[in-house]
Amino acid sequence: MEIKVTLNGKKMVASVEPDTLLIDFVRHHGCLSVKRGCETANCGLCTVLMDGVPVLSCSVLAARANGHSIQTLEGLQEEANEFIGFIADQGAEQCGFCNPGYVMNTIALLRENPDPTDDEIKAYLAGNLCRCSGYEGQLRGIRNYLNWKKEAHNG
Amino acid sequence: MLKIANYVRAKSLEEAYTLAQKRTNVILGGMLWLKMQNRSVQTAIDLCDLGLDKIEEQDDCFSIGAMVSLRALEMHPGLNALTQGAMAEAVKHIVGVQFRNLATLGGSLYGRFGFSDVLTLFQVLDAEVELYHHGIMKINDFAQLPRTTRDLLVRVIVPKRSMRVCYLSQRNTATDFPVVACAVSETDGKYLCAVGARPGAAVVFTDEQGLLCGGITQESAEAFGKEIANRASFGSNTRASAAYRKQVCAVLVRRCLMQIKEG
Repeated sequence: MEIKVTLNGKKMVASVEPDTLLIDFVRHHGCLSVKRGCETANCGLCTVLMDGVPVLSCSVLAARANGHSIQTLEGLQEEANEFIGFIADQGAEQCGFCNPGYVMNTIALLRENPDPTDDEIKAYLAGNLCRCSGYEGQLRGIRNYLNWKKEAHNG
Repeated sequence: MLKIANYVRAKSLEEAYTLAQKRTNVILGGMLWLKMQNRSVQTAIDLCDLGLDKIEEQDDCFSIGAMVSLRALEMHPGLNALTQGAMAEAVKHIVGVQFRNLATLGGSLYGRFGFSDVLTLFQVLDAEVELYHHGIMKINDFAQLPRTTRDLLVRVIVPKRSMRVCYLSQRNTATDFPVVACAVSETDGKYLCAVGARPGAAVVFTDEQGLLCGGITQESAEAFGKEIANRASFGSNTRASAAYRKQVCAVLVRRCLMQIKEG
């Protein structure tokens, strides 16, 4: 079947099988930042934005994405660059496999809530699992980024 | 692995209902649990073009479409005002934001899953469901329908009335299924208590013995909690034993009542 999607700003028409998953579709089209993790809709590694909303691409049919806009980290480099250094400064990436999903969901969080509390950050990112870090590094990185932004804005 | 031979975006409820009568066809909700199954589907029926993803506030009720996401329930100001935040509390522990953006109310209810936080809460809201073929019925009656019923959940109707609601659950770890889920509501002195994740599907109890007819006190809440724990049947699985669930149930019911009292 044929679908029309906008992938990272580029309109495209593609042929997919009825049971092709969105994760396979975007990876097939070069978006290798989207990682295959648990495949049970629990780990958040495969997070993409569908019409700006974070979803698990392992659990969405490509056919359902027909007519929608899909963004992966490949299309959000500029937005991610602003804060990813703060995550790296904390050594929070370690193996790095969870990082793209983590960054995608952090982008969604900060679009929705530009000034979250620590509890709000933890709640929003609860669906992103990291088996290296224990999450404190990511939290410190995001907090440092938010503090830096406030200081830059005020000063 | 889930295999799908055909994918159809239904253009009408009638088309979806007709297609759904065939046993090898299936209606897609959020597709989260469906995807975990090892099965072959002839036709996957997608309801996403039918406008069922809206929460409409009417004079006397909220009408919630079957394709409304759990995240939309969590964030809806009107539903959270009606339930004093119990709506958000019931769904916010379910995996993560990305999951809840996909999971639908219809999919969560129609499966009548034993672990369902959603079914547990809606059972104390005096909610009704509208099925395309069976029409409107109380959610408690819907919960009893045979699982072989092949109908289409269109919307859920939550009456707008002055009620006090509390939802609490116990989990072994964050984002996991609940070990026990508990919801309590009070409307004009009438109490409803639902216990879910027993691990069977949620069941509803009333205050048959009138333990709360004198109001909520520490003693009456404790007595009611123990009574519900005795009346509910519990089972054991990898998450908890039946005996543990019974103990936790009594505590959660008591805490719900005390939270309702304290507002």
